[in-house]
Amino acid sequence: MAQKPTQYYVPDQSPWPVITALSLFIVAYGAASFIQQNSGSGLVANDGSSGKILLPLGLLGILAMMFFWFRDTIKESLAHKNSSQLDVSYRMGMMWFIFSEVMFFGAFFGALFYVRLLAIPWLGGAGEEAMTHELLWPNFQAMWPLTVTPDGSTTEAMPAWGLPFLNTVLLVSSSVTLTIAHHALLAGNRAKLQINLFITLLLGFAFLFFQVEEYMHAYQEMGLTLDAGIYGSTFFMLTGFHGMHVTIGATMLTIMFIRTLKGHLTPDNHFAFEAAAWYWHFVDVVWLFLFICVYWL
Amino acid sequence: MSEHTLDHHAHDHHDDHEHHHGPAKGIKRWLFATNHKDIGAMYLWFSFTMFMLGGFMAMIIRAELMYPGLQLVDPNFFNQMTTTHGLIMVFGAVMPGFVGLANYMVPMMLGAPDMALPRLNNWSFWLLPFAFSLLIIAIIKAFLGIADAPNFGWTFYAPLSTKYGPESTDFFIFSVHMMGISSIMGAVNVIVTIFNLRAPGMTLMKMPLFVWTWLITAFLLIAVMPVLAGAVTMMLTDRHFGTSFFDAAGGGDPVLFQHVFWFFGHPEVYIMILPAFGVVSAIIPTFARKPLFGYASMVYATASIAFLSFVVWAHHMFTVGLPLAGNLFYMYMTMLIAVPTGVKVFNWVATMWRGSMTFEVPMLFAIAFVILFTIGGFSGLMLAITPVDQQYHDTYFVVAHFHYVLVTGAVFSIIAGVYYWLPKWTGRMYSEFWGKIHFWSSLLSVNLLFFPMHFVGLAGMPRRYSDYALQFADFNWWISIGGFWFGLSQLILLKILIDVCFRKKGAQATSEVWEGAEGLEWTLPSPAPYHSFTTPPLVK
Ligand code: HEM
Ligand SMILES: [Cu+2]
Repeated sequence: MAQKPTQYYVPDQSPWPVITALSLFIVAYGAASFIQQNSGSGLVANDGSSGKILLPLGLLGILAMMFFWFRDTIKESLAHKNSSQLDVSYRMGMMWFIFSEVMFFGAFFGALFYVRLLAIPWLGGAGEEAMTHELLWPNFQAMWPLTVTPDGSTTEAMPAWGLPFLNTVLLVSSSVTLTIAHHALLAGNRAKLQINLFITLLLGFAFLFFQVEEYMHAYQEMGLTLDAGIYGSTFFMLTGFHGMHVTIGATMLTIMFIRTLKGHLTPDNHFAFEAAAWYWHFVDVVWLFLFICVYWL
Repeated sequence: MSEHTLDHHAHDHHDDHEHHHGPAKGIKRWLFATNHKDIGAMYLWFSFTMFMLGGFMAMIIRAELMYPGLQLVDPNFFNQMTTTHGLIMVFGAVMPGFVGLANYMVPMMLGAPDMALPRLNNWSFWLLPFAFSLLIIAIIKAFLGIADAPNFGWTFYAPLSTKYGPESTDFFIFSVHMMGISSIMGAVNVIVTIFNLRAPGMTLMKMPLFVWTWLITAFLLIAVMPVLAGAVTMMLTDRHFGTSFFDAAGGGDPVLFQHVFWFFGHPEVYIMILPAFGVVSAIIPTFARKPLFGYASMVYATASIAFLSFVVWAHHMFTVGLPLAGNLFYMYMTMLIAVPTGVKVFNWVATMWRGSMTFEVPMLFAIAFVILFTIGGFSGLMLAITPVDQQYHDTYFVVAHFHYVLVTGAVFSIIAGVYYWLPKWTGRMYSEFWGKIHFWSSLLSVNLLFFPMHFVGLAGMPRRYSDYALQFADFNWWISIGGFWFGLSQLILLKILIDVCFRKKGAQATSEVWEGAEGLEWTLPSPAPYHSFTTPPLVK
């Protein structure tokens, strides 16, 4: 790597990053206000309504900035202004970004394992914690899934082999079709690329559809909610953030699909496709861990 | 956009080629910046501004603690000052300071024209002022008496920050999210630059140590900033969406917060010290006129410190009631870190050994770093001993420890780096006279400020209180004097920077600047051209 480059890439200035930062500030300010004004948690008394305006405004700003920023990048790529060195930089950048996402999920998986393996047994009096159990909640029984919390609220556990298993099949197949699409792209077979990308998208959106079904079932029939104790907390935060990432991945792939229709993405210039594909595979692997650790075991 | 090629005829068709050699005009140069030096300068000035702001809060803290009893502020406001002081110094002063140095120096040291992803670089920087605005709005409200700023300590333990956190907590949470995005994107950029933009012949083991330490720091950042984001997200949902991560009544555990926080927090302290090691490893060989002793061992020591930093976090939690085996494990692992750290200190001393040393300001700060950081390392070792930490934990001894490693460690190294590279950045020499006054004044005051904290800490004075028992009064008076003196001394640095940067005072610097300086950055003229290297230099 150190030997290759003979030309250096120096980009134009761009107004988009700083406006993106501004938009994110508006989102942050708006989100904090919105949550305070609507959460009903009673923690804070913020009774304005600024959040309702700022949050959508900021989000709109971010969407616009993404559009302009990516548009510029795509234009430059189509005009062959990008050196192969920049292409490598993009690839490395995307890989490290995905690594950061892995660590983000790691925090929530860590919380899950800590609670299952340590906190709940301790609350139940395991190890040297007999007095903790005696003094705090003497009637509490350690178990997982935690269907009865120390303070007595109850829920049902989500079974693994219904919708979750179907979703596993959907997501794994979508990774396969995406790989087929990728090979087709490299081979220059446009029709095969588009068909397989399209199937991937269908599978992805089907996954999201069933995930919503599952949530509705949990909330309406099982009493499994975000505030149903630590089981509900870990369940919804892990699957929820995963679902959010599937949505982002599906959006990226949709854009790739539209770009293939426009004739973009050639066998030797398709970083965006690969980035989206890596992201999709990452989301898929996270799901496998979720299926095993959250639903199954 | 333009591409610079070795073969200068190859890009004649780039009609927009010429105007990229100089900066854009006016405010756009800064708002839309893609140049690593412009962005580096903004990071450094941002860091200095936050240093002043955080310092101002420290002055309030020390004024209150000068005498026993309550005199200036009420305890709740005092808590807001310690909290925001810590947050601003860690996330606003030290981290951006090092990112600024990286932006400026890494491309030059590698023979690159710029950072690998310049627009991302712009975004990383501009996120920071916006992120800190969220925090500063809360601080202003606190000063005006409208609402409380965060008041739960810079470590924001649950449930202080969940059930009992003030309204500003939610803004703080999103502020941390934005800082996190900034750090992660900045770190991605550094890593990609190092892996992809090295000049021909610049193999990994030829890279200057500053680049190495930043490579490893960037890895740490990408690994732990997302975990911090996870921690504040759990805080947010516990506060407003009914989750029970940190609430035992729902099956969670407040101690879980401490685990998640310190899994981030301990690597974070190395994020703040590894680049410092890099700066000092650049300065000492220059002024000792000898190559760095044990280059390879420095690289391996840095890597092992980074690795070990992931398995020591619970040394911050020795008193929360972890199982004995856990406490022992974290005690031994923590002590193990002292080994590679010792290797480094040994190497710096060995580099100076029989060198023909001169003592310009950067070298003075670097030597002070070696000695005073080592004191901080020793107090760290004392804290690492589980049984005695039962006594030391949450006392001023801990405050003394981390201020030695952070102020005389991280901050001194940033200052040393600024003096060292300022002539390269501006083309002008700073005033050696004022620099020396700044150094000696800082050195004496900082020790008056932090050394007695060891004594009152060992004697049992708890940290984070606005009042204390009478027997600590004398020491605290001296500590406060040291504090004000140190704070004022930093105004000398401000004067020096204004003289060089804005009043254009000082002698013209040569390319090499320092007689014994080695490395690609010293082959460029001073000030360095706008795009550092437009064609890759060949490294033998
Ligand atoms: C030889 C290396 C080191 C060892 C063995 C060590 C050990 C420790 C231990 C055991 C504690 C916990 C004390 C307690 O709360 O009771 C601690 C606290 C701390 N250390 Fe270190 N440390 C070392 C180096 C560093 C470095 C290089 C930094 C930063 C640049 C640092 C920053 C801190 C901070 C900020 C705290 C206090 C956190 C808080 O509670 O607010 N340490 N250290
Ligand atoms: Cu630590």
